Amino acid sequence: MRHTISVLVENKFGVLARIAGLFSARGYNIASLAVSETMDPSISYMTMVVEVKDEDVLEQIKKQLNKLIDVITVTDFTKREHVDRELILAKISYASKDKDRLEGIFNKFVGKIIHHEEGTAIIEAVGDAQQIKLLLEELNKFGIKELVRTGKLAISN
Amino acid sequence: MTGAQILLESLKRAGTEVIFGYPGGQVLPIFDQLYDFDIKFILTRHEQGAAHAADGFSRATGKVGVCLATSGPGATNLVTGIANAYMDSIPMVAITGQVGTHLIGNDAFQEADVTGITRPITKHNFLVKDVKDLSRTIAEAFYIASSGRPGPVLVDIPVDVQRAETEFIWPGKIKIRSYQPTYSGHPGQIKKAAKLISAAKKPIIYAGGGIISSGAHILLRELAEKIQAPVTTTFMGLGAFAGTHKLSLGMLGMHGTAYANHAIMESDLIIAIGARFDDRVTGRLDTFAPYAKVIHIDIDPSSISKNVKVDVPIVGDAKNILGPLIKQIKKAPDTQSWLKTVEAWKKKHPLAYKHTGKLIKPQYILEQLWDLTKGDAVICTEVGQSQMWACQWYKYLTPRTFISSGGLGTMGFGFPAAIGAKIGRPDKEVFNIAGDGSIQMNIQELATCVANKINVKVLIFNNGFLGMVRQWQELFYKKRYSYTPITSPDYVKLAASYGAIGIRVTKKSEVRKALEKTIKTDNTVFVDFRIEPEENVWPMVPAGQAINKMIDGLA
Repeated sequence: MRHTISVLVENKFGVLARIAGLFSARGYNIASLAVSETMDPSISYMTMVVEVKDEDVLEQIKKQLNKLIDVITVTDFTKREHVDRELILAKISYASKDKDRLEGIFNKFVGKIIHHEEGTAIIEAVGDAQQIKLLLEELNKFGIKELVRTGKLAISN
Repeated sequence: MTGAQILLESLKRAGTEVIFGYPGGQVLPIFDQLYDFDIKFILTRHEQGAAHAADGFSRATGKVGVCLATSGPGATNLVTGIANAYMDSIPMVAITGQVGTHLIGNDAFQEADVTGITRPITKHNFLVKDVKDLSRTIAEAFYIASSGRPGPVLVDIPVDVQRAETEFIWPGKIKIRSYQPTYSGHPGQIKKAAKLISAAKKPIIYAGGGIISSGAHILLRELAEKIQAPVTTTFMGLGAFAGTHKLSLGMLGMHGTAYANHAIMESDLIIAIGARFDDRVTGRLDTFAPYAKVIHIDIDPSSISKNVKVDVPIVGDAKNILGPLIKQIKKAPDTQSWLKTVEAWKKKHPLAYKHTGKLIKPQYILEQLWDLTKGDAVICTEVGQSQMWACQWYKYLTPRTFISSGGLGTMGFGFPAAIGAKIGRPDKEVFNIAGDGSIQMNIQELATCVANKINVKVLIFNNGFLGMVRQWQELFYKKRYSYTPITSPDYVKLAASYGAIGIRVTKKSEVRKALEKTIKTDNTVFVDFRIEPEENVWPMVPAGQAINKMIDGLA
């Protein structure tokens, strides 16, 4: 099962390596990871999605994260009211005749064309996991040439 | 002050009495300051020896051990010693030199990414890039190493930082916002634990190294006596509860006593204190202690419910929890019939060995050593059969008298650790119980002993084999002794060539006299005991078995 965890850490070099090392040493996989500074530049915020087989492993991950000296707090969103979003950039096959079809899609999803040239358009879109999944299915009908995603961002309500 | 001066001044302010180490190119400024600085420095003959000696010093005294090495190979030679301290939660600060900041990442001469290499084997580590951060970093390193669940901390200092100058400012009380260990136990949890204890019929206390690092051994005895529960200790917990106490069951687990293993398997309540349900203790996990509820007291939340599901977890320092817990227990459980059952196991399955022929039995040496010292000594060990016999056949009465590599199982640990222990406890006779395999792994430290007049008594249980591996080959690999027969130098001549004393003992009748002579000798002594070559450690739980399914070659 996938779980979303956020971690507040000291904004120091090596912190990301400590967290990544904690996962790799135990063979846990990180499905996505987003890192940035907070309003306080001495603190960074990480949102990570981890894939674990049971609750015990999740519990152990949280404890191990908390054990790292540079980790300030760990929040598990599994049983907590929160909103999450992901930003994607997708390069799709696109011709001018597709304009109406694409705009139809953007009536249902939060997104827009941010660049286009002959044969190609770059789409920017935001949504939760389910919305992004559905959007990608739609975009795939045009043909996705390239796709980049930020990974999930989460914040508690 | 220069960085080098700041480092030494900081080490001193943090309470350092002795540094174990080895010089090199990227620590020259530090060594130049050490030349006439008021801190004892012990030059080992290998950086690994320095790390183990710092570890041994820490285990013997409870203080933070300090070691120092140069960059690159000097630092990587510390790695085994650091990993060893990490696995056994030993407070240690390792200082390494690093190439100049402008060269880092350039594959410079003797460069290694030491903070990268040691990240998973340290509690925390630092690379100091600005001399202004140095004193605070050292203060934090000591604070982190010695607080919460202790462990090693490494501080990597580039050579230009050692030379740079700044004003020396020693920080006051260290507070780290992201690191606040829990020391006092939750009162509600303590109350729940007390209720479980009162209701138990077959309680057992399972005590680990946490008792020793917390200094909770007196409270442990109080608890055991109040609730009349038998006490088994882990390997790391030897010395936490007197081996001679009538409630003591000795060590449990793979080479533990049969009665300790039976008792924990049949118990209805396990009171685990500062122990972590290691695989050498639990054996096959799904068979472990099927009738028992578990109370687990530990300062490290990640140790709780990691292997064994816990009913009442209490996070905190054992010393702060046992007092309130003892007070909370209004009614001691009735354990009379349980103690009778345990006593019957003790009678039925005692530790045993057989004298056969004239060859010396290792157990006999340890019995004689016990008889001569009565627990008033520090026993260090190497790793393997000799180590397990030392757990079984010597009784530890007080904390910090048994010093051995537990979690990592590092051959070559015992001798340098004994050096550190002797520096820390010069008032005590310090022995190293060694095999002929392990002693050859850090034998170069004989020079350290002699040069510094550190009188360590090394008892080599020489059986011509890497005995523990040979035992497994005998039992599980059809006696195919693949590369376990091992030769030794002439230890008597070897000791003499270093300026120490060597004694060879081949007969049982000579054992006691040799030990007496060893104790009397005012020098480092190597005793080459020629023991029964294929003696095994019994009882034994085969790997992956339930711990009451012991095998015993004597039966």
